[in-house]
Amino acid sequence: MSADNQLTRTQCNDLRTIAAMIVPASDEYKVPGADDPAIQADILATLGRDTKLVAAALDHLARLAGQPLAELDAGKRDAVAQEFRKHGGAAAATLVRVVLQCYYRDDRVLRSLGLELRAPFPKGYVLPDGDWSLLDPVKAKAGTLRRAP
Amino acid sequence: MKDPVDVLIIGAGASGAAVAWSLAETKMHILCLEQGGWMNPAEYPSTGRDWEAKFYGEWSSSPNIRGRPEDYPINDDNSPIKVVNYNAVGGSTVMYTAHWPRLHPSDFKVKTLDGVADDWPIDYDALTPFFEENDRMMGTSGLSGDPLSPLTHPPMPQQPMGLSGAIIGKAMNEFGWHWWPSDTTVATMDYEGRARCINLGHCTPACAQGAKSSTDITYWPHAVRAGVELRTHCRVREITTDENGMASGVVYYDKDGVEQFQPAHVVIIACNGVGTPRLLLNSASGRFPDGLANSSGLVGKNLMFHPYAQIYGYVKEPTDSNRAPPTCLWSKEWYDTDLSRGFVRGYGVQFVRGAGPVFEAVVSEQKGILPWGADHHRVFRKLNGHRLGFSAICEDLPEEHNRVTLDPVLKDSHGIAAPKIDYTISENSRKMMEHALARGREVLETAGATDICVNSPIPWGGWHLLGTARMGTDPERSVVNEWGRSHDVKNLFIVDGSIFVTSGGVNPTSTIQALALYIADQMKQRLANLFD
Repeated sequence: MSADNQLTRTQCNDLRTIAAMIVPASDEYKVPGADDPAIQADILATLGRDTKLVAAALDHLARLAGQPLAELDAGKRDAVAQEFRKHGGAAAATLVRVVLQCYYRDDRVLRSLGLELRAPFPKGYVLPDGDWSLLDPVKAKAGTLRRAP
Repeated sequence: MKDPVDVLIIGAGASGAAVAWSLAETKMHILCLEQGGWMNPAEYPSTGRDWEAKFYGEWSSSPNIRGRPEDYPINDDNSPIKVVNYNAVGGSTVMYTAHWPRLHPSDFKVKTLDGVADDWPIDYDALTPFFEENDRMMGTSGLSGDPLSPLTHPPMPQQPMGLSGAIIGKAMNEFGWHWWPSDTTVATMDYEGRARCINLGHCTPACAQGAKSSTDITYWPHAVRAGVELRTHCRVREITTDENGMASGVVYYDKDGVEQFQPAHVVIIACNGVGTPRLLLNSASGRFPDGLANSSGLVGKNLMFHPYAQIYGYVKEPTDSNRAPPTCLWSKEWYDTDLSRGFVRGYGVQFVRGAGPVFEAVVSEQKGILPWGADHHRVFRKLNGHRLGFSAICEDLPEEHNRVTLDPVLKDSHGIAAPKIDYTISENSRKMMEHALARGREVLETAGATDICVNSPIPWGGWHLLGTARMGTDPERSVVNEWGRSHDVKNLFIVDGSIFVTSGGVNPTSTIQALALYIADQMKQRLANLFD
């Protein structure tokens, strides 16, 4: 594991590689992959309290790969990724989570999903009131509250 | 030495706020000590683009993950359900779903009706006026007339049904099962200085709009104006007693970490089902070697959580996702005992509207339904914005082996022993959870849901902390009497969820606050002979 609260260059490279395996770029949906430089920069800038576990996950990944992940052929890389996902425990789960939480707040990704590029507050959202006649059968059936002595 | 106060309240959350406000009219000198501070809504998660990421860190519902200076650690390794709470002015009402059912009248008589656990020493009718008063103070919304719930009179109309509610309602109607718009403490119109809900989404981690009721914006402003003193960032270590065995005050650490002693004529504990037994056990002395108010040996025992059995799936139609308060409807179809189901007692159901994109991605990846690689995008678009949930709140019966004790090693930042939780889910609860999951699956499949997933129990679902200083008339079988006063220490009161005798199958905050107001009323009626 890295000695301090930052990832090493090797760890950053493996993070970028595994991120692209989790969420690759897609022409069909017009979205970048999670290895996109802006998304990677967001991940590194906001790791904060997750740094230690993410570093541990990357060290585990490096042990499984035996060399930089990007240098493995595709078949071996997939096998390593599957093993990492299956047995990586809390550290692997944290790494995947930080990748996804940064990916799914990227403007390009949110735009592709049809979501607005803003915080919920202060605009909020409009909710349809709905058809409350759906409740009529419940009212008609009624029922009684259980009596207490 | 500080001057003594008439009444010292420990904790400024749901119950501490209610009891402080109610007692304020006596014009006694009332002081509340709270380990947290005042909240700043401008810093709430929904004000930022990273609102979902914050749930995994500084806005986690788990104090162990959150780790703010105001939090204390909890050893819950030996429990499948982890404790969640919040420590601030407003307590866990800052961070709750605002779902607002009451315990039912039958919940107070479970021994008589079903031959299990114990009856409460009071009945529903004793609390009725305080439920009403509390609903007015907290500001509730809902639709009066639910045939399977106690009659309520919410001052505001129910939340919109939304997209998710309509899908759920249609599916429940296919079976002829009960459902109803939930009573909530979400303001659906401007109310008492609070702005109406604008659907910021996940209300649980605080409401930047102030539409969700929390006691820092409801009870406390009234209580402070009425003269109650609220001292923040003050963590109480122990309650002290005098030579007569009466509470004499508390030792606490102030905002600078300096040890202080505050004398008091009356002490009221409002720290809920984990904090209260922790404090009582930490207040052991030569006269009370097993902890304060613990001659029954029941302080910390009978912890009840409400195991949540949650099932969810994905429909083709869009749901409300994160664009609405998370809960909208409830069902009491399976609330009462029906022994043909294979268990005693029952559960309430709260339906869940959906989830935001980050939560959806993270959880679905963990569940194995969201793949890595090229197919990720197609599957995510099928899941995101299409989730519907069914969560059963299963009645947890009291069992003495489910308990809060003091951890021999773990301590908080002031060196005070931390609580340790030992808890197992009973066989009766497991059968109840299985029943709920089967019904939930039927509802979801009827709604057309696929990719159905289960969380049973919800691991970080220990919101409801009940039963660890139960009330009763028998000092050998209870910690406080029928109006909240300790059997052992006659100027010591408890007003929070720890005094519950049984848990019911609903969110408890409404009942906790009604109890706090009831106890305050009892105290006011007995001021001349409070210690007799």
